[in-house]
Amino acid sequence: MSDQTKALQDYCIALGDDSLTLGHRLSEWCSNGPFLEEDLALTNVSLDFIGRARMFYGYAAELDDEGRSEDDFAYLRDCREYRNFLINELPNGDFAFTMARQLMVDTYDMGFFEGLAKSSDPTLAAIAAKAIKESRYHLRRSQDWIIRLGDGTAESHERTQNAFNELWAYSAEFFETSVAEQQLVDAGIAVDRTALKDDWMTGMQTILKQATLDIPTHDWAIGGGRDGQHTEHLGFLLAELQFLQRAYPGQQW
Amino acid sequence: MNQQNLPLFEVFIRSNRGLDHRHVGSLHAEDPAQAMDYARDVYLRRSEGVSIWVVRSSDITASQESDVESFLDPMDDKPYRHATHYKLPKEVDNM
Repeated sequence: MSDQTKALQDYCIALGDDSLTLGHRLSEWCSNGPFLEEDLALTNVSLDFIGRARMFYGYAAELDDEGRSEDDFAYLRDCREYRNFLINELPNGDFAFTMARQLMVDTYDMGFFEGLAKSSDPTLAAIAAKAIKESRYHLRRSQDWIIRLGDGTAESHERTQNAFNELWAYSAEFFETSVAEQQLVDAGIAVDRTALKDDWMTGMQTILKQATLDIPTHDWAIGGGRDGQHTEHLGFLLAELQFLQRAYPGQQW
Repeated sequence: MNQQNLPLFEVFIRSNRGLDHRHVGSLHAEDPAQAMDYARDVYLRRSEGVSIWVVRSSDITASQESDVESFLDPMDDKPYRHATHYKLPKEVDNM
């Protein structure tokens, strides 16, 4: 496998990890949503992310020379091999926390997938084209909810503000590019994520202002997800996600 | 959120172009915009339609079961309002 193919495979795996961890977190809302309609809506979004993970892992499997499948990537790698952004693995918290995270991720995803749709790699571009349609709807939902919650009752305002205060530091990872990724950017395959920051910030400012919320001002940042350094939460997430395949290897529906 | 406080909306789906919107059910939402999003998530998960209408249930004026006697029953004994009531002249034959 050439260096560039390896970098491309790692890139797909990282994008798959982002989608799978967040999709799994959202799936935890199933039967726990605030009311039936929102329960269904959250799990629909969850399925969009899990479907996205399958497409990225599927492509990574095509590129693989050890014959690994999408299931191998999802179920048989441990924490240190996962490359997702930390924000995606954080526990759901309350509903405000879940929606605040969604707003941050959905706003980022719109910019990212619009960039990826222009990739010189046709498979990535096709996945991105599908993802944009989904993310546009996700973003509409998360914007709507953040405005409702922020500009809602005193309690919903406070919970939502606390959520952003807690989550803000995790956004730094969105815009950090590794050396291997930079080579893919130069080759026209990957998205230059550093360039997405201004639009992301503008998008966040617009919605938070409407929601009567403040952009957190602290400047501490946390990272490491793309290097396999995770919070303590990922292990528990994977324990549940991977249990069946670990206990009964090769088990199928 | 207390669902008891959320208004009820009726959902109408047009399953195909050229067909009418049909009532498929109802749901709770804060306002029409949110009802539209939820209608999509609750009733179109398997691509059941191409267009959605939502309307606040409270905006629907419905006939009352208790009015049936005076409101609907009188129509039952007016056969002359049906075309089949009339004998056709031979010249017309079948219509």
